[in-house]
This record gives sequence, structure tokens and C-alpha cells, in this order.
Amino acid sequence: MTSATASRHGANKGIKGLSNKRTRTSVLVVLVLMAFYACAPLWWLVVSVTKTRVDLYNTNGLWFGHSNNLIQNFQQLFQYENGLFFKWMWNSILYAGLGSLVCMVISLAAGYSLSKYKYPGRSIGMGLVMCSFLIPAALLTMPMYLMFSAVHMTDTIWAVLVPFFINAFDVYLAKVYIDGSVPDELLEAARVDGAGEFYIFSKIVLPLLSTPAATIFILTFVLNWNNFYLPIVMLRGSDKWTLSLGLYSFMQTKQNALFDPTTIALAGAVLSIVPLAVVMIAMQRYWKSGVALGSVKG
Amino acid sequence: MSAVSTSVPASSTAKPVAKTPAAARENKTPSWQKRLGYKGALFGVPFFVGFLFVFIIPLFYAIYESLFKRQSSGLGIGEPTLHFSGLAQYARVMQDHDFWVGMGRVAIYSVVVVPIIMGFALAEALLIDSAKARAKKSFRFILLIPYMVPTIVSTLMWVYLYSPDIGPLRKFFLLFGLDVNFFSAGMLWVSMANLLLWTQVGFNMLILYGSLTALDPALLEAARVDGASELRIAWSIKIPQIRGSMLLTGLLSFIGMLQLFDQPLLFRSASPQTVTANFTPIMTIYNYTFTAGGDYNYAAALSVVLAIVIGILSALIYGFSNRKK
Repeated sequence: MTSATASRHGANKGIKGLSNKRTRTSVLVVLVLMAFYACAPLWWLVVSVTKTRVDLYNTNGLWFGHSNNLIQNFQQLFQYENGLFFKWMWNSILYAGLGSLVCMVISLAAGYSLSKYKYPGRSIGMGLVMCSFLIPAALLTMPMYLMFSAVHMTDTIWAVLVPFFINAFDVYLAKVYIDGSVPDELLEAARVDGAGEFYIFSKIVLPLLSTPAATIFILTFVLNWNNFYLPIVMLRGSDKWTLSLGLYSFMQTKQNALFDPTTIALAGAVLSIVPLAVVMIAMQRYWKSGVALGSVKG
Repeated sequence: MSAVSTSVPASSTAKPVAKTPAAARENKTPSWQKRLGYKGALFGVPFFVGFLFVFIIPLFYAIYESLFKRQSSGLGIGEPTLHFSGLAQYARVMQDHDFWVGMGRVAIYSVVVVPIIMGFALAEALLIDSAKARAKKSFRFILLIPYMVPTIVSTLMWVYLYSPDIGPLRKFFLLFGLDVNFFSAGMLWVSMANLLLWTQVGFNMLILYGSLTALDPALLEAARVDGASELRIAWSIKIPQIRGSMLLTGLLSFIGMLQLFDQPLLFRSASPQTVTANFTPIMTIYNYTFTAGGDYNYAAALSVVLAIVIGILSALIYGFSNRKK
């Protein structure tokens, strides 16, 4: 308040500067506290992964233990069930990566179709896409499981991949982007030149869509990587599990413990962060634009 | 290629596919338009076929299953047979005490927790917005770090942090003479709320901060010239301007929280006494499908009811927020 009155009267600049400085300092202090809240748990995780089991239970959680056990912990994780962890890592990358890649292509094509062509049923299709936002996907998982088990598709990678291929929100994003950035004249000109429709899409339109393509890929990748409900419903055999399912199984075995899986669970948790963080940081620009595009929708 | 294709209609044998639309175009028949439309529809086929199989059919299949009842024969041998049971499963849902307790639990919980998360995210966004340029960038990145952690990893991490054996939090509170059991019936909600806050605040901050940077700088400058304090500017200008995106992100968090599953399931492995098998509606559905003998028909009825409840609630909130706008 003092700064407000001071500046209004155009008086003492010193007071204003001082109070301004005080505001800035307090803003900074609160931000540092919030940053501490965001990072401290991860610091605990990183520190804990270097500890022996004994140190884990007996030493200060926020600092390193008496001896560095990092390599042994990772070794133990990698040797668990003959390297099952690598299998989970590969599965996660496969489901999230291939799932998002195929989803991206399907969504761009569908968005292009809905945006640039007129045919009977188009507006119904668009209406279905919009309506499906309201129905939570998790509720369809159970009936989908029953359908898939009728055709013996459960407990195969397709039970997870196929639902990942279809994402109505991505189609919506693609359509909105194509509406705004692919001019009809361009398509007309290509048709006058005698280009076929598939040729126009793949050689002329797709190169214009690198931004929505990357945005759809990254948003879907994060969604798929974090999806826990679909894999836990569909997959039984541990060789098809994702990282999330594997980590959950570590936590489950703790109860009827012949051995304490805490150290390998922590090591697995640290490694599970890496792929998602790498993809997110590498494609930062795109998921920010995706968030912006998503919020425009409202 | 496009340079070549101009001459294609003349040399008709070279490229018959490309010829058809161009040649038809010269006649300007409406059938050409129609054919173009059908070709364009083909681009949508992969999506809509998939959509049919993972969306429409499961939806109707759930409704269909919910109208039947599986009955095993009196001796308990052989395949159980399906009997049409009308709305009997729904009558059972209505009387399912555990399910509705779970439903009420997540509903009340969302109403309490979502505003806390949104408030925290708003505070972060406003603070970052008023920091200096270089600090802005680094804090925005640091505060987003929890969002880059996979859901299961963050849950697992907090379950261990809360753990009475290896978690540092209990030791910390013991310094103040408080012996806190984070998994006790009373504390469980606080523990889970903290986990959800930690995981979700970053993403919401990003959206709100995005809308803050889109505000007209002239407006803020005018307020400053008039001598308004930063706090006043935040309260009277910034917050009202970004209310639209706050409502949207709040609604999305709300819908997400009604489907709470991952976090309570992991909490359950740490504390099965306080986190019951039917803790949330989705957990109940999962439970009936896989652990309680596979009562699919009843699980289907539960799914349909949950979808309807979520649909009604989100429509109510959406309508309410639109009217206020």
C-alpha cells in the first residue's frame, strides 16, 4: 500500500524502490518454497536409490547413507527374473510410442476428412467425436475387456495398443488445426493439376501439419505412458506388463514378503522417470502449444 | 510430380487414377462432387472403424450386459447360463451401499481437493508471472518437474515417503512430538490430497500461466500507472480475466478425480485396512470384474450408472460455469 500512495504522489522514489524490492524478495521466497515442495520428494528418491537396505531404514532420508549402493541396487533390479525390468521398459516404450504414432496418423487423416470434405454422415461423425469427450474412457474399459476376451485378444499387446490408436480428442485437435491452416484453394489447385486425393494428403497437406502432429504425439504419449487402468485390466502375463504394472507388482509383493523389494522398487521408479522426462523435455515446445490449443477449446 | 501431372489428362494411359477427378471436373457434374466426398470420407475410415470398436460397441455392450444375469445350474457344474433380468441389476446398484459410499467419497473429495489444487496452481502462476524474466523461466520449469513423473512413480514415491519404516516424514513430525500415521483412517485423505496436489498442480499452473501471459499488457500498465499495487492488480484484473481457463481446468480435474483408481490402489497395498476394496467407484467395478468371482453383468450396470452420474455432474458444472461467464 505504501508503494501505491508513494507513486501516486510522485514522491520519494527510495521508499517505492525499497518496498518494491521487499515484494520481489517475498515473491522469490515463496517461489523457492514451492520449488522445494516440488523437488524434495524426488531428492529423497534419488538419495534413497543409492542406499543399502539397512541404510534405507536407519539413516536420514534426505542425505546419503554410509556407503554407496547405487550400482548394486540397479544390478539387483536388472537381474530380477532374468531382466524382466528391461522387458517392461521396452513394452512401455512400445505401447506408448507405437500407440501414439499410429494414433497420430489416424487422427490427422480423420481430422482432414472431417475438415475438408463434404459427405453424408460427416456432421454425425463430428457430433460423435464431441460427445465422446463426456464419456470417461475408463468406463468403457470393462465392456472392452469382455469383448476382447470373447475374441481371445486379452493378454496380448493388441489389447492395449488398439485402444491407444483411437483418440477422439486428437481428431478434434487435428480438425481445428486443419480448419485454420490448410486453405481450400491449395487443394483445389492441386486437383486442377490432376493430383489424386491420397497424393494431395500425403505429399501436400501432411508436410504442413508437423506442429499438430508433434503436439498430438506428445500429448498422447504422456497419456499412454501414465495409463495404468487399461494394462492392469487387459494384461495377465508379466512379460507383457508395462513399467507401471511392474512397479505395482513390487509394491504388492511387499506384503507377503519372502524378500523386501523396496530397494529394487525405488531403483525401478527412478529409471521409469527417464523416458517420459526425456520425451517431454525434448518436445517441450509442442506440449505447451498443445496445452494452449486445448485451453482455447473451452 | 505436380509439374508432370498438369499434362496427365492428355496422356490418359499414363495415370488413370489422377485423370478421373480432373476429367470429371470439366463436366462440372454434381456426381463429381459426390465422388470427391466419398474419397474424402475414406480418410476418416480408420478412425471411425476403430471408434466403433473401442467406443460405440463397448458402450452398447455394457448396457446390453447390464440387462442380464448369469446363473449357474443348481449343482454348480457346467457353464453358467444367461438370463434376461431387465432392470434388476440397476435395482441392485441402487441398493449397493458400498458403491454409493465410494461415489459420495470421491464426489465430496473432488469438491474439496480440486479448489485447493486450483488455488495453489493459481498462486504459482501469479507468482511466476510477477517474477523477473530469468527467474520466470527457471521456476516455470522447476514447478513443472512433478508433471514429468509418471503417475505410478509419484504415487509409489509418496507411499514410501509416508511409510512409518523408511519414510522421512514421520521422523520429521516426531521432532515436533507428533506421531503421525499417514495411513490412518483420519489422515488418509490428507495424505492422498497432498499426493494429488503434488502431481497435478504443475499442469494446471502451466495452463493458467499460459492464459496470464496472453493478457493485454496495456491493461496491466494502465492499472500500474493509476497506482494499483501488484496484489490489487492480481486480484481485480488478472484473476477475473483468466476465470474461463480456471473453470475449464477445474472441470477436467473434477472429472478425472471422480475416476480415481491408481492412487488408492497403490495406497491399498500399503494399508489394506483403511483403503477398502470398494474405496472408489472404479475400484468397485474392477473388483466385481476380476476379484469377486467375475460378476460381469453387475460390473456393467455399475459402469453405466457411473457414466451417467459423471455425465450429469459435468453437464451441471459446465452449464453453471457458462452461465456465470
